[in-house]
Amino acid sequence: MSVLEKQIAERTASLVDEWLGRELDAGPGDVACERALVVTWLEATENANPLYWDDEVARELTAGPIAPPTMLSVWMRPLQFNPRAREHVRPLELHFRLKDAFGLPEGIVTGNEIVFGVPVRHGDVISTRQRVADIGEVRTNKLGTGRPWTIEVTYANQRGEVVGVETYRMFCYVRGGP
Amino acid sequence: MKQGEALPKLEVPVTARTVVMGAAASRDWQPQHHDHAWAVERAGTRDIFLNTPNQAGWIERYLTDWTGPRGRLGRLSFRMRRPVFPGETLVFRGTVTKVADGFADVDVTLSVGDEVATECRARIAVPGDGGDNPWARAGDDWSP
Repeated sequence: MSVLEKQIAERTASLVDEWLGRELDAGPGDVACERALVVTWLEATENANPLYWDDEVARELTAGPIAPPTMLSVWMRPLQFNPRAREHVRPLELHFRLKDAFGLPEGIVTGNEIVFGVPVRHGDVISTRQRVADIGEVRTNKLGTGRPWTIEVTYANQRGEVVGVETYRMFCYVRGGP
Repeated sequence: MKQGEALPKLEVPVTARTVVMGAAASRDWQPQHHDHAWAVERAGTRDIFLNTPNQAGWIERYLTDWTGPRGRLGRLSFRMRRPVFPGETLVFRGTVTKVADGFADVDVTLSVGDEVATECRARIAVPGDGGDNPWARAGDDWSP
C-alpha cells in the first residue's frame, strides 16, 4: 500500500460504516417528461424509432406517447437555475455528499446498470430515492487514488409505480496515479 | 432472432457536438462533458468525453434499430473501460447470447479502433407469436 493509499484509508475508514446504506429522498424532479425533451434526446442519439416520432404507433403499442427508457436520469436532474428552489440540490446529490465527506474531489462513473419498469409517459413527474449500496477498498489507478462506491437510484412516477432502478458504480479519487 | 445472431454494425463518428449535444439532452452539466479545459486540467482526461446516460441512449437506439418499435428494453448493464473523445469513431457490435421467455439477451461492445471502450449486456423484450406486444407486459409478466 502506497503512502497516499494508507493516508486515505486511515482518514476514511470510520466513514465507511457511517455512510454505507444511507438513503436520500430527493423528491420529485424539477422537470416533467415532455415531448421537446424526448425529441432532443432522439436528436442526440439519431434515434428514428417510430414509437417516439409517430403518435399512431405510440397509441397502438403503448396507449400514448412515452419517453425512451434510457432517458431515466433526465427526470431526476435538477434545473441549473430555479428561482423556486428551496435549496441547491445537485444531481446524484448523495454521491456528491459522499465525495465531500470522504475528501475525494474527482469522480468518474465506471459502470452502470438499469432495470426498467413501467414506461415514463409525457406529463409524468419522476421522484427519486438514492442509497449508498457499497463502498470499496482504497485503490490506485492511472487517474489517481481513492475509493470505488455504488449508488442505487430508484425512480417512481406520481402514481408510485417504479419506472426504473439504476445502479451507478463510481471511482472517486485525488489525482496522481502511479 | 436466435442465439449467436450478430446484429448489424453501427458506426458513429464522435465530434465535440456529439458529446455536448448528448450531455445537454441528458441535462448533464458535469463540466467534463462540455468544458475542454476542465476535462484536461481537473479530470485529467485528454478532452471532453461522452457521458454515461448518452451512451445508454446510443445503446438503446442500436438495439431498437434491430428489434423495431416493439422491442422494449428491460435491463442494461455496462462498464466503461475508457472515455470516448471527439475525433474518434465509435463502432457498435452486438451478439445475441440467449433467446428465452420473451427476452433476447445481447452482448454489445462499443469500440474505438481495436479497443473496446464500453461493454454492455442488455436484455430486451421481443415479440412472441400471435402479435405479442412486449409493451403490454405488466406486473408479474414484466420481470426483466
